[in-house]
Amino acid sequence: MNRQPFNNEGDTGDADRSLAVWPQPLPPGRRILAALSGGVDSAVAAALLVEAGYEVIAISMLLAGNAESHDGGCCSLDDFQDARRVTEQLGIPHYVLNLKEAFRRRVMDVFTAEYLRGRTPNPCLLCNRDVKFDLLWQRAQELDAQGIATGHYARVRYNPARGRYQLLRGVDQRKDQSYFLFPLTQAQLARTLFPVGHLTKTAVRAKAAALGLRVAEKPESQDICFIPDGDYARFIEQHLPQDYRRAGEIVDHEGHVLGTHPGIHRFTIGQRRGLGIGGLAEPRYVTHIDPETNRVTVGSKTQLMARGLIAREVNWIEDLPQGACVATVKTRYRQPAIPARVVPQPHGRAEVWFVHPHAGVTPGQAAVFYDGDRVLGGGWIERGL
Amino acid sequence: MPRIYLDYNATTPVRQEVIEAMLPYLHTHFGNPSSVHWAGRRAKQGLEDAREQVAALIHARAAEVVFTSGGTESNNLAFWGVLRAVDGEKTHIVTTAIEHSSVLETARSLAQHHGYRVTIVPVDGEGRVHPEDLRAALRAETALVSIGLANNEIGTIQAVPLLSRIVRERGILFHVDAVQGAGKLPLDVDALGVDLLSLSAHKIYGPKGIGALYIRKGTPFAPLLRGGAQERERRPGTENVAAAVGFGVAAALAARELEASATRFFQLTTKLWQGIRARIPEVFLNGPEHDRLPNTLNVGFVGASGEGLMMGLDLAGIAVSTGSACAAGALEPSHVLLALGRDPSAAQSAIRFSVGKETTEQEVDYLLTVLPQIVARVRAAGRTHEGAG
Repeated sequence: MNRQPFNNEGDTGDADRSLAVWPQPLPPGRRILAALSGGVDSAVAAALLVEAGYEVIAISMLLAGNAESHDGGCCSLDDFQDARRVTEQLGIPHYVLNLKEAFRRRVMDVFTAEYLRGRTPNPCLLCNRDVKFDLLWQRAQELDAQGIATGHYARVRYNPARGRYQLLRGVDQRKDQSYFLFPLTQAQLARTLFPVGHLTKTAVRAKAAALGLRVAEKPESQDICFIPDGDYARFIEQHLPQDYRRAGEIVDHEGHVLGTHPGIHRFTIGQRRGLGIGGLAEPRYVTHIDPETNRVTVGSKTQLMARGLIAREVNWIEDLPQGACVATVKTRYRQPAIPARVVPQPHGRAEVWFVHPHAGVTPGQAAVFYDGDRVLGGGWIERGL
Repeated sequence: MPRIYLDYNATTPVRQEVIEAMLPYLHTHFGNPSSVHWAGRRAKQGLEDAREQVAALIHARAAEVVFTSGGTESNNLAFWGVLRAVDGEKTHIVTTAIEHSSVLETARSLAQHHGYRVTIVPVDGEGRVHPEDLRAALRAETALVSIGLANNEIGTIQAVPLLSRIVRERGILFHVDAVQGAGKLPLDVDALGVDLLSLSAHKIYGPKGIGALYIRKGTPFAPLLRGGAQERERRPGTENVAAAVGFGVAAALAARELEASATRFFQLTTKLWQGIRARIPEVFLNGPEHDRLPNTLNVGFVGASGEGLMMGLDLAGIAVSTGSACAAGALEPSHVLLALGRDPSAAQSAIRFSVGKETTEQEVDYLLTVLPQIVARVRAAGRTHEGAG
């Protein structure tokens, strides 16, 4: 356990290698529920817990559809089979939870509804906040388990000086998944383990290979798990309400009509392709999507730039700052964190002011605030400033 | 940790006598029963002895028994075999809402892809088919009625002799899935009044991968598979001789021990139900309390998830079942409990206990000591996550 209060230098590693982060480290022998997706990260996470002497119960979550076999997604029959075979190698029990109903209501339906509001939702974030961690913990309580674990690349650390749990980036900066975990509450962080957070992906694969785990070489999954072919526009169209108005205008910032579009759900902020308005001198980007008028506004690269953003439903993992704080901010998972000033606002909101104007502030995605490796907090992007 | 198996309706261990009877047929008597030489004759003898033993269990003639790969194949074969042989005008079939998936999915496929019309007869709150509902479902063009003798999830026993009279006096063929009834209820194809009847060996302490379809002599029937003359051309393919021999011995033993087994099973499940009711508040029985499969007890625990209970019991070494699993291994809500009119949350709070030959009173006592705590824990977790499911 790292006794240094509140350091900013990131994790030096040595003192923080123990898997258990509770104020009183969880002694070996205690029962932990480990989520297994069928991929290598969660397999190694479970293996590390077994090695550390915990009683590990593996859980796979059936989230979407009828688990048809397909490549790339996370809910294929092959993935459940891989997860099962790994647990046999580890000698631990494995169950598949049926979370289809909760996932449909809280992720898939919300995913569609958000697009119709002109936003670009992030289903993995919705799932983490509203399905995965809650229902896994419910099963953990039912089974008298003391903690849950996943294969996310992130770290949790207890800060005794503040009496709070901290969320840190995974040691492997390229794999870091702390962005997806910003909604976790203190209670959730207290009982959650990320055993591969202090490893690089290379080390995880090496560990899997050393243990002879059959998923050691398995490729990454990339797509949204319930849309394995990546055609989310078609998915949304299949789930549209009857009275949904589809076609609308594409306009520029002066209100000139440049063309028409087949439905706002086909657009995201910063999008350049598929606008059907060729022949203009400079490239045009989607800068605004208005569900009220059903209009998509396009503009130049400059017009795409935002000076800041407003985040709602902000979850502060560190203590709520008194006034503005300096931070770096990620507005999409696959973007580097950029310097900014974060100003807490009433009603769980925050203003974020970028040091330099920033493209691609997309309502529906998350803005996550960092101080070095530490996640200060994060919220859902309401709009750009 | 003790290992307690209370899922005998899923499958049973192969009895020692059955294993010993099978072993010579894996090596010494290895012949192909269709071969005319000494090796074939010896294998054929074992196969036909087995057929007589299975026939005796249901009071049929050996010639009316066709060996299959199990209950699912028998149910499929009953539908397809009959429907391909009867008058082409007869395109209507009748079954119930609580049948095994091998019946319901076959009926669904016939309706979706082959132009048949299917009537699903409802059941009452305890899973019983009422004669007037069945009568109302029959039409001039009805070819086949298929009803399970006893339900695998809730143990409800249908009044098959009564139902069969209604069906057969209209000249309609009657199939009964007796997979769960065998070894627990007396079976007599004439008393039941059936034209076709499905059996499976692994539910009666025989091996997996073998079952039988009884086809009353004179019943229109066309084989599904084409090939050799095995099973009187009703089911071609070299017979699974060792498994058939095992099935035969299991059937003979089941017939001999039926009464004693049934009495003991009923005592065990009654003790279990009384124990649960005495120790755990807010429980209810799915299916009838008395007129049920003697070994089967399906209990709902209000406010608890069956999935959580099943996992908790498993981790305590106790094997039970809840609903059925999809291809990924996740549990699906039981169509049987929904058909009884249970709401989804009540249906998902159910656990099926099914006892068998090796179940002891001590095992039931042990279950009763650990169950209250597990139920309390699962209920408490459900309350703190109210609406989270």
